[in-house]
Amino acid sequence: MERRGVRRHQRIRSTSISTGLVVLVLVVLALVVTGSPGWPRVRETFFNGEDARAVFPDVLGGFWINVKLFMICEVAILALGLAVALARTARSPWLAPVRVAAVVYTDLFRGIPTILLILMLGFGVPALQLQGLPTDELFWAGVALVLSYGAYVAEVYRAGIDSIHPSQVASAEALGLSHTQALRHVVVPQGVRRVVPPLLNDFVSLQKDTALVSVVAVFDAVFAARDYTAYNFNYTPYVVVACFFIVLTVPLARFTDWLSRRWMERERAGQL
Amino acid sequence: MTLRTIVAVPLLLLVAACAPVDQEGPGDTAADPTPTTADQCATDQLPLLKAGTLTIGTDSPAFSPWFKGNDPTNGRGYESAVAYAVAEELGFSDGDVSWVTVPFNTSYKPGVKDFDFDINQISITSARAEVVDFSDGYYEAAQAVIALEDSPIAGATSVAELADYNLGAQTGTTSLTAIRDVIQPANDPAVFEDTSAAKQALLNGQVDGILADLPTAFYITAVEIPQATLIGQFQPDVGQQEEFGMLFEKGSELVPCVNEALATLRDDGTLDQIEQEWLSDVVDVPELQ
Repeated sequence: MERRGVRRHQRIRSTSISTGLVVLVLVVLALVVTGSPGWPRVRETFFNGEDARAVFPDVLGGFWINVKLFMICEVAILALGLAVALARTARSPWLAPVRVAAVVYTDLFRGIPTILLILMLGFGVPALQLQGLPTDELFWAGVALVLSYGAYVAEVYRAGIDSIHPSQVASAEALGLSHTQALRHVVVPQGVRRVVPPLLNDFVSLQKDTALVSVVAVFDAVFAARDYTAYNFNYTPYVVVACFFIVLTVPLARFTDWLSRRWMERERAGQL
Repeated sequence: MTLRTIVAVPLLLLVAACAPVDQEGPGDTAADPTPTTADQCATDQLPLLKAGTLTIGTDSPAFSPWFKGNDPTNGRGYESAVAYAVAEELGFSDGDVSWVTVPFNTSYKPGVKDFDFDINQISITSARAEVVDFSDGYYEAAQAVIALEDSPIAGATSVAELADYNLGAQTGTTSLTAIRDVIQPANDPAVFEDTSAAKQALLNGQVDGILADLPTAFYITAVEIPQATLIGQFQPDVGQQEEFGMLFEKGSELVPCVNEALATLRDDGTLDQIEQEWLSDVVDVPELQ
């Protein structure tokens, strides 16, 4: 009983210390920023309510492009990444060409900066003037994002698959499962579950990289903000667009934390 | 000593260490409306970034016909020639002029500029003039429409006809505003980061036509994309002539002196002569109704 009281007391004390410190740091930061000689100028150029209202509809319209882009691309990326990861871990000698292709793909596309890939596909492929191929910049920018992120995600999957102990495969085969069945029912489900947090991390990263598509004239939220900025010489739209992305990514980050904590608790099954 | 003071003391020291210093930039002492005197614009009295040097900014690449060979220092091309003429009028020899690369997007960032003025086909607008200062206009720009010769849009003779096509222009330009406000096409205009991207999209057939200021458009069709043609030109603002101005830090005391130099150059015919030399080809482009 007494021990509980002491613990409660300690908990209250540590909470109040951390709360106090956080508030103190925030207040000091706010004072430094608002007290600086250039603050009125910065407030006028970065936090102008009038400009924020004026640009809001454009940014909202552009943001819808970003949302569509990363939702569609993410599905394709997860599928492509898993396929490449499985190809890389394949053992059969018959699949050697597939394995080599997978290695070349990940090396190549992780090496090329995403922005260059978008430029090359967005302007390069339509320049071929091949019949039947779409010339829409948005489509090719999406393809470029999928190719670039697919390479990263493939490596994440591979790390998850490799982390499954070989004894699991051996046990599965001892139970009469074929190698494919062992992969399908034993290795992949466990491996993927382990890498969900890094996958969600890549997803957050992708959301922000959708802004790169502006190099091929896709008028996304960031480009809409930049266009307003360039014409009116006011940076407020950047702050507006940053808020849009924060509203989107912060809940996802909290969800990732919650998910990984829950799985950790489940795996340790009450040992902690 | 409680935990809080242990942490707070170094924190406050850190804040003190990075406390801002009041800078005595040219912008702080500005807003002095005293009329210009000959004395104030004497070469050694000019409020310059670096004493004895006139630092001029422009973007890279520096496009023709405003500059030639992507080299602003050679005095060739309209804006380069104007810049050197102004410098000479202010009392600088060519050797005293120093050029810095200033991407358009950074030319209007708040705070101290790293140039005395920026010359980069920047249109004067009232919204912009709240943030920076402009010289008087040194060129009056019309808008022009570029299309591939075999495209159906090439037959257009009026602004109204253009509205049915996919059009595009560079971000932040008055060309883009002209599409949105004057042409008002059925499809949203394509927006490009720079004219290079616009040219590529035109070649790829991703847009039917692109807009640019007339001399730039003329150079694109004459030299860069020979299979493209200038459909025509138009004035986007009826009654209010659009002009390019040099860009200064807000409150720069150099503005009246540069304006004085520009007035002299206009009066003695130097500006016309420079225009004749570098932009004379663009006069016989058809007007769009």
